Amino acid sequence: MTVKALADYRFKSSDALENYQGKQLLYINWEKHRMFSRPFVVALPPETPFSVIVDKYITDCYRYHPDFARIDWSTVVWQNSNTVFSPDPVKSLKENGIGHKDLIRFTTPGLNGIADTGY
Amino acid sequence: MDMKTSKKLGLKERYTMMTRDLAWDTTYQPMDKVFPQVGYEGIKIHDWDKWEDPFRLTMDAYWKYQAEKERKLYAILDAFNQNNGHLSVTDGRYINVLKLFLGSTPPLELMAARGFSMVGRQMVGAGPRVACQMQAVDEYRHFQTQIHSISNYNKFYNGMDEFAHQQSRMWYLSDGKSFFDDAITAGPFEFMVAIGFAFEYVLTNILFVPFISGAAYNGDMAAMTVGFSAQSDEARHMTLGLECIKFMLEQDPDNLAIVQRWIDKWTWRGTRKLASVGMMMDYMLPKRIMSFKEAWEIYFEQNGAALFTDLARYGVTIPKCFAQTVEEKEHVTHQSWLGFYMKPESTPFHTWIPGPDELDWLSEKYPNTFDKYYRPMYEYLDAQEKAGNRFNNKTQPMNCQVCVNTIKYNEPGDPMEMCFRETVYQGEKFHFCSGHCQEIFEDEPEKYIQTYISSHQALQGNCAPEGVDTHAPDFNPGSHIADYWRLDPRATGDFNGSEDQKNFAAWRDLATKN
Repeated sequence: MTVKALADYRFKSSDALENYQGKQLLYINWEKHRMFSRPFVVALPPETPFSVIVDKYITDCYRYHPDFARIDWSTVVWQNSNTVFSPDPVKSLKENGIGHKDLIRFTTPGLNGIADTGY
Repeated sequence: MDMKTSKKLGLKERYTMMTRDLAWDTTYQPMDKVFPQVGYEGIKIHDWDKWEDPFRLTMDAYWKYQAEKERKLYAILDAFNQNNGHLSVTDGRYINVLKLFLGSTPPLELMAARGFSMVGRQMVGAGPRVACQMQAVDEYRHFQTQIHSISNYNKFYNGMDEFAHQQSRMWYLSDGKSFFDDAITAGPFEFMVAIGFAFEYVLTNILFVPFISGAAYNGDMAAMTVGFSAQSDEARHMTLGLECIKFMLEQDPDNLAIVQRWIDKWTWRGTRKLASVGMMMDYMLPKRIMSFKEAWEIYFEQNGAALFTDLARYGVTIPKCFAQTVEEKEHVTHQSWLGFYMKPESTPFHTWIPGPDELDWLSEKYPNTFDKYYRPMYEYLDAQEKAGNRFNNKTQPMNCQVCVNTIKYNEPGDPMEMCFRETVYQGEKFHFCSGHCQEIFEDEPEKYIQTYISSHQALQGNCAPEGVDTHAPDFNPGSHIADYWRLDPRATGDFNGSEDQKNFAAWRDLATKN
């Protein structure tokens, strides 16, 4: 469906890629660790190596959780939205197929939050 | 000498003369040019005279009643303020309820006043025009009296002075702003369903009853009196909303599908808007009245279901989101409070972990979910705070493109999983908190691609004070956003250790001890 209006109704998206001066938005969520309430968002150049996501952004945010130190990174399951993928840490976001406003979800098997609550 | 007196007009005659008798059909310009907005939404009206005025109130009587209410209200407010009423509330934490309310409600009352003024101009029939005019004045009155009643607290406590600036900028106020922006930019009939029906009729009791009773229970005579003063207007508003629904449905069978879509949309949007009210009930009132779950059961499941049974004769069905809201009543308040607790530097009110007896109350009120999903986490965070490691998530949130809540709700049927929904429109991805918000987007994508999302605006460099180079490689939007919001640092952080906590305790001691 489209909006009903009395006049021509066309506006730009508030979050179009060109509004980010060469960067793109990326959302990140640690599954079954809902203590962080919601995913977080960062704006990064598409050339950013994937390793930076883990070493900097994921670590800075999630290390507060007691499960974080117990993560076995070799078993982590990565998803781009609902699609499972295997990111190459040395390759860029772009080369890993990660585009503007993509949602990276990671699951840490065996770690299900405080007292297995999902939090 | 004999006095000639004309017979006093009967109520009905008087009403007719003061409303319908004042209206006329235009002749210099065709009616559809004078009232251009009543047609484009697709609602078909054949006879405006069929509008039943549910309350035969004329403008002169209206002024008289309202003036009387104002006199009573301000007499009580004056007495409350002169007697340092703020020190008689149950606990210093209570004042944070007022801070949350001040940012989120009076600005929306003002939007409602604007909306009803606009709709009043657009409606063809004199009955709805007069009713909308009165409601516009009511909403303006609510906006003012709410601010007046809270202004006394502003003399003593932090975080209340910039609510008007923060309304259109801060992350947690975006859901309410978006709600009214969406309604006011719709046509007049959708506005009536959105605000007059879904909000005023179906959901308003969830906002007002707990807020007013909560104020009363916690010794806040000022807010309680404002609430009661507004509540008597709400009864009229509810009647207007319901009358409008019935009028549309009686006028043409083609209106049903449009009205039903609006009911589905706005009941859901209202439900999302009320998550923070539920959080206030379950977490912020030191003395609690009932749980959000109980309130939802009484005011939505029972009263709401009865209303929709009544409307079934027009073909209206219960809102699509009904079952999901019933499932979510067990969860949303715990998820919302966590969302605020973990962001201590980003609200002009304080948060805290409930005390042990309060956690017990939550366990008792939420036997199916609290111990299983939420209590261990809150106890963990409590222990961390006591060890000097208070939770502070410094990242920027991901928000729903439609309701602009942060994406914090669980997948239906699975409380351990976050709910994600997304769609692609014109090559761009959009994310939602729920299937209901996704559907609202897909019905009118052109509208919702314009949504203001605070974290995205900050990342675009639009939320820094003047003079800051937002293109610098090391630019970090998080370090300027508090200035952009004019957030008083004294108003942020945990309640424990706050200036409000210290002052409240010290002043109360002065009032009660030697």
